[in-house]
Amino acid sequence: MSRYLLNKFLYTVDRDPELVERYRSEPRELVAWWEAERANAVLNCHTGEASTWLRFDEAEREALATHDHVKLFELGAHPFLTLTLFIAMFERDNTEPLEYQKYYGARLAHFALPYPDIAT
Amino acid sequence: MATVVAVIASTHHPFYYRASTATGEDRPPFADEWTRKILAFRETLTRANPDVLVMVGSDHFHQLWLDNMPQFLVGKAPFYDANWYNEEREFGLPRMLLTGQEDLSAHILRAGLDAGFDLAFSNELRIDHSITCPIVTLRPEADLPIVPIYTNIFAPPLPQPKRFVQLGQAIREIVEQWPSHLRVAIIGTGHLSLELGGPRQFGPHGPDPEFDRRAVEWIATGDLDGCLREVTLDSLHAPGNATHGFMDFMLMMGVAGAGAKADHVDTLDLFHTMEAYFTWYPNGAPA
Repeated sequence: MSRYLLNKFLYTVDRDPELVERYRSEPRELVAWWEAERANAVLNCHTGEASTWLRFDEAEREALATHDHVKLFELGAHPFLTLTLFIAMFERDNTEPLEYQKYYGARLAHFALPYPDIAT
Repeated sequence: MATVVAVIASTHHPFYYRASTATGEDRPPFADEWTRKILAFRETLTRANPDVLVMVGSDHFHQLWLDNMPQFLVGKAPFYDANWYNEEREFGLPRMLLTGQEDLSAHILRAGLDAGFDLAFSNELRIDHSITCPIVTLRPEADLPIVPIYTNIFAPPLPQPKRFVQLGQAIREIVEQWPSHLRVAIIGTGHLSLELGGPRQFGPHGPDPEFDRRAVEWIATGDLDGCLREVTLDSLHAPGNATHGFMDFMLMMGVAGAGAKADHVDTLDLFHTMEAYFTWYPNGAPA
């Protein structure tokens, strides 16, 4: 299990407008592409070097591929990263202010303190 | 030596810029009161007539990332570009370019290291809304040189709360030892109780109004002992999952000094979070 890699996915997709759109429209394809092509990129490093060991486990891959933010919370993905990216994908469908943000929180209502650990 | 002419602590609400500039049907009902409070807060900095701003905030996974995460970082650059694509997208924040005060950055780094704080540094730092929100609220002209200081309140393991206080106390001393005739304001932003990405987010108030009430009391009265007695890394989970940002308020209490009563205290109870604004004048209120 790799909270770090979950976070790396959320972080790198969130900052790229094209990837945000691909993740919204074709999540499973985008996750597979990202794991194959981007998961081992060392950020802020020249492209000639890469890591060799980073991969999702099945639960992580499936949570990302199904836009399951509740599962991501349970797995300990950083809540700020998940929220920011999901707002980018779904707030646009709001019919009233904060509609998606409230829905997002309501779906997490069954979590009580302590929340899942987010340390990496 | 330099003079610390004001110490300022506040929340950094990224929605203020959009709310305060919205008109007509887009203008939220709370915008007028919020703007009025911010204009009064801004006046507390304007009256201090600063030449330089030391700005304490926390990068929100913009430039600082988990492969290389500093606990405390001082910017040392001639310029700082500001705000990021996802802040433009979500909050409508404008791109900005701020000037750096490199002499003071170098002084803080040298003296901080010598005082036992192993400060990281950055010579090319794009700053985010934790620092640009107080520029928008307090100095929208963005015309004063800055020294940005980032703290990690975001990616555990975090430093202990007392370490934030100690760093604040050190920053105050270090700035006052800067061989310069310039007038410095030290500004820092954090949070009261806050939940982001969890079940208690975006409620009608902040997630823990009782914590907020006590926190405002600690800050306004400079009650560092009471605050440090009750606040731990573990305890900050209870008021909301993003409440570790309160440690930047604790850092600013260290800057202001134990027992220092704030000269300006104001709050605004908004949906989602309580806003709070504090100003101290170390040398007495300006005429």
